[in-house]
Parts: sequence; structure tokens; C-alpha cells
Amino acid sequence: MLKLDRVSKVYRVGTFGGKELRAVDNVSFEVREGEVVSLIGESGSGKSTIGKLILRLTPKTSGSITFNGVDISTLRGNALKEYYRKVQGVFQDPFSSYNPIFKADRIFKIIRDEFFPDVSGTEWNDRVRRALEAVGLNPEHVLDKFPHQLSGGQLQRFLIARALLLDIEFLVADEIISMLDASTRIDVLNLLADLKSRGLSILFITHDLSLGYYISERAVILYRGCVVEMGATEKIYHNPLHPYTRMLMASVPRLDRKWGKEEARLELEARPALSAGCVYYSRCPLADTALGCASRRPALLGVESDHFVACFRYTEAERVLSPARESGLTVPVEAQFSSGDKTL
Amino acid sequence: MSLQVQGLTVYYQTLWGDVRALENATFTVADGEIMGLAGESGCGKTTLGHSLILLKPPMRFIAGRVTLDGQELPTWDMERMNAFRFTKVSIIPQYAMNALNPTRKIGKMIAELLESRKVRFKAVLPELKRRLDLVKLPPDVLNMYPIELSGGMKQRMVMVISTLLNPSLLIADEITSALDVASQKAVAEMLADFRDLGFVNSLIVITHDMSILYQIADSILVMYAGQLAEKAPADAIIHTPRHPYTRLLIASLPEVGVRYSQKRLMGIPGRPPLLLHPPSGCRFRERCPLAFERCLEEPPFVELEKGHFVACWKALEEEGERGERAYVEA
Repeated sequence: MLKLDRVSKVYRVGTFGGKELRAVDNVSFEVREGEVVSLIGESGSGKSTIGKLILRLTPKTSGSITFNGVDISTLRGNALKEYYRKVQGVFQDPFSSYNPIFKADRIFKIIRDEFFPDVSGTEWNDRVRRALEAVGLNPEHVLDKFPHQLSGGQLQRFLIARALLLDIEFLVADEIISMLDASTRIDVLNLLADLKSRGLSILFITHDLSLGYYISERAVILYRGCVVEMGATEKIYHNPLHPYTRMLMASVPRLDRKWGKEEARLELEARPALSAGCVYYSRCPLADTALGCASRRPALLGVESDHFVACFRYTEAERVLSPARESGLTVPVEAQFSSGDKTL
Repeated sequence: MSLQVQGLTVYYQTLWGDVRALENATFTVADGEIMGLAGESGCGKTTLGHSLILLKPPMRFIAGRVTLDGQELPTWDMERMNAFRFTKVSIIPQYAMNALNPTRKIGKMIAELLESRKVRFKAVLPELKRRLDLVKLPPDVLNMYPIELSGGMKQRMVMVISTLLNPSLLIADEITSALDVASQKAVAEMLADFRDLGFVNSLIVITHDMSILYQIADSILVMYAGQLAEKAPADAIIHTPRHPYTRLLIASLPEVGVRYSQKRLMGIPGRPPLLLHPPSGCRFRERCPLAFERCLEEPPFVELEKGHFVACWKALEEEGERGERAYVEA
């Protein structure tokens, strides 16, 4: 349905734009119909930039993003409007998505003026009510109010209802529940799950791994703009292979067990980042110049069905087991390595 | 007993009347204890933290008594509190890492701060460098501007600064919230290390993230709508909570291994009451599935088991039944 093919985004930074910052680097993945894909990464990993590229809020530098087979960068005028009828985004901070001077339901009026000028007033009100009920809000309680009179969860659901009015097929959900309280965030998450079962595809951008597990079938792990691991959520969570993913999984605070003794490796104690080698080289506990970690960029390889990892440790099965054991990291032996490695 | 808080009540003055943000808080934090303070936004956890060190308008001290190491803290008196701030009680406020002075090099800023407390920078410098090393920051950071550090580095810098004079009590307000999981873990573990190394005697860690508290805290205090709901050892709060609010809150947390298709989690319906005119009785009554007539009265915050305090009539009733049964069996 939505496909990213070797997409890159380079920002010019520095006083005169003399330096380059690769926010997104050769990212390829696909979101199928009725599927939730989690895009997981720390701040600065480029996950929000990918969301913006899909929504065409910022132009890509290279690569292609196709939606139902059409390259979205070619869309102009009416075709672009049709695209926004199907693809919408909801962002992190619900409070800053509204103009505090106007009532919150103005966002629905804008949608009507822009996309449905022919729909009659009563018919439209009916649709708004249905959309609000679909997101679990009581229209009597929330319509005709100013943003400050509504809670963060309500405002966030308003934005989802706005997207529903358009009969969308694809939703970019960028950290939409990180600002909400624990007691309400799960309701918004359940709402996404319900929408998904009605056929909506969702790109769920988050830094919270447990939320990603709760809702998504597939996960993409980003580090400094590169995909380091991707595949079925269960496989990534229960059998993380990339050293970065392993470190993430070990750092997640859980209620069923306490943190292990292994240290979360921080940016500074490590080697300087390299432009040529693996993006994770500077922090990687398993980095080995003999494997080429410092000089080449590892490609994303399939290690089992629907599980891809970009790490030289996993190019051949024999290599995986011995050096990793020596360094104290156990690699599950049952991990299957397909001999005909599929390069993405 | 390191910190004792007795009936602390703090309101916010507004044009429309008093907002009852903190009411009748009574608890103790023992020597060397890390107490987690959890609750939804607006429950008064930050107000509680601030009222122990910087009780400034529109906050208004109403009643209560705070004792630290046997000495009463004049929390209501901005001037007199100055003698305690940074030396006896210290705080890492929310967003502290964004509050480092952007126009000063970090070393210079620390020197100025120490001078304001009449401590010579030179005398503290070797210890400062040792502590920087401990949080894995190079000594060069003292010659850098805050903008040159990443979020995690700034947060660790702030931790070192706030504990430089070995305060007895450190209040850490949402210090892990803006960080990614790896830095979160590092920062949280460093807090515990600071206690182990004796840089601080006891800690109050304020966060909305219960799973972080479970990792490092000895006890957890749960607040709801300006009142204390439950305080117990961390394991008891997570595994055998007694207050219905704590139970619902913990049940709503998604975890790795929990999928919506297999186990659908539930939020808590409704919203916390407005604290301008809070309802009488138990403030959780409206949202509580167990509420009964008794809840129209305000429940007392009582110790049901050793170290396990709960403010709930139902929990009290359950405990009573259990006691009766034990009595009959005996």
C-alpha cells in the first residue's frame, strides 16, 4: 500500500548551510493494507522526519515513496488533495495542534469547507457526531468547546475523528500518546487497534517499545536515520539481533523484572562516529574492524522469514555464534538463517 | 527518620479562589530511602516536591510541618529557606536540562552558583571532576556551553550540580521523561548510585512512569487529585496494590509481551475532579468501580500493614474482614 524505497533526507546545517545532516538514510520499508507498523527509535533517529516525508510536509532528497503504486512526489493540485483525503497525520502535542482563539470543533468545519462543500449541514453534523462516537467521545460533552476546556486525550481523539471524517486509508501517528496520562493513553491505543481492524493502515511512530509491541504487527528500528532491524514484532522483541535493538530491549523498564546489570552504553564513552562505517559503530560493544564495521555500511539482510537486520555479524551463520559468545552476548542458537539471504 | 511531613497543605491562589493542589500530606522518607512519587498530571506531585524547597506564589502555605533530620524546615518562609536550599534540600526541577544558562560556560555557571552559597569553586573542583567521571562526562564539559551537550548529557550534568554539596534530600522531578530508553536507564541508575555513594541521603523521585520507579525506588507514593492515595514498598505497590486507583493505573500500563489482540488493556474512565472546588469525601469516588455510601466521607490515610498506607474505605473494610477472620480462626 505505502512503500518507501531507498528514501533519504539530507538537511543543510551550519551557519551557511555548509554541512550536511542525513536525517533519513536509504530507508526502505512497506506498510500493507490493514497493518500497523511501529517505527521505533530514539530522539534524532529520523522517525518523525519519515512521517513528515510521507505526509509531504517536507520534500525528500532521494528515493521514492509510493502510495498504491503512485509516486507521491509527482502529485499536484487535485491529485494531492485526493492523496490527503486518504492519508492523514496526527502529531505528538494535541494542544499545539489547535488555535486557542477558536473553538476546537473548527477543525471539522475546515475539513468540510475544504473537502466536502456539497454535503448539507445536517448531513455533515451527523457525520461529525458519528466520527466522534467512533473515537469514544460523547458529542454533547465535547462540541462547542474551546481547546483549553478539553483534556489532552479528548483533543487527541478529536484529531483522530477529523482524520476519520475523510475516510482515510493511511494514518501517520507520530508519538500521539506520549503526552497523555497512563489512564487515558491506553484508550487511544485501543482506538487505533479498532480502526485497524476496520482496514486502516497505521504508521505508529514511537520511542516507547512496550506501546509498539501492544499495537503493531511489524516493527522498524531506526538508528541515526538508518534501519538497523525490521520485521515481525514478535521476532524483533523476542529475538532481537542487532546490538542496538538488544540494548534497547534490555533498557526497557518493565514491571515483571528489574533491570539487568549490563550497562546501557552511552554516546560519549564510545568511539567517534564514522561517516563510512556502520552507523552504530561508535557505540557498538561488538564492533570489529576485521568485519568491516568501521569502513563499510552493512546491508539489511533477511536472517529468517520477515526478520531483517543490518549487521556484519549476521551475514553468515557461522560468524554469528562464535565471536558474540566470546563477548558475553548470547545469541539464540535457534535463530534460523536462510541460506539464500535476501537483500532488500 | 530523614524526612517527616505532617499534614502539609498547599493551595494555589487564583482569581476564582483557592485551588486545593495538596491536601493533608503525611508521610516519612527514611534515611537512604528512594521514594517514588507517581500519579497523573495535575495530581499535585510536583506541587508536593516544590513545597518542600521553593514554596513561592501563587503557591500558598496553609498548614503542615516538615522536619528534615530532626530540624524543622521553614518552608513557608522564602528567606529563611535559603539557608537550606542546595545544601540540605536540593531539587532537579522538570526540564532542568533546558534551564542551564545558555550564555555561560558550564564551569563558570557552577562557580557562580557555589559562590552564592559561599563555597569556593577551587575547593570543590577535584570532587566535581571525580563526580563528572562517575556520570561518564569528560572534564572538558566545564569549558563547554550547554548547547554543546546532548539531552542525556545535560541531564547528567544537572544531576551532578544539584548534588554537589551533598544535600540530605534530593527531589528529582520527571528527570527521565524526555530521554530515550537507554539514557533513561543510565540516569535512573545513576540516581540510585548517588544514594549508595552517600552524595544524597534520601531521594524523592517524581515521575508518571511507574515502571521506572519499580526499577529504582524502595517505596512508591501514589497521589490522586491532590491527596495521598497509597504508599508502600515498591514491590507491594506493583504486585499487591490496595487502593482501587493504583490497581486500575497499573492494569492500564502496556508492557512488552502484552498485545491488544490477546489481552486488551483498559483505561480508567472519567477524569480527575477539578481542584478549585473538589468534591467532598474520597476524590476518586466518581471514577471508582468499588465506591459505596461510605466514600462520601473522606477516607483516612492509614497503615494497613507495616509500611503500607492506604486512603480507601473499601481497603479498610477488606482489612477489617481479614482481621475478623483471623480472630475467628484463632
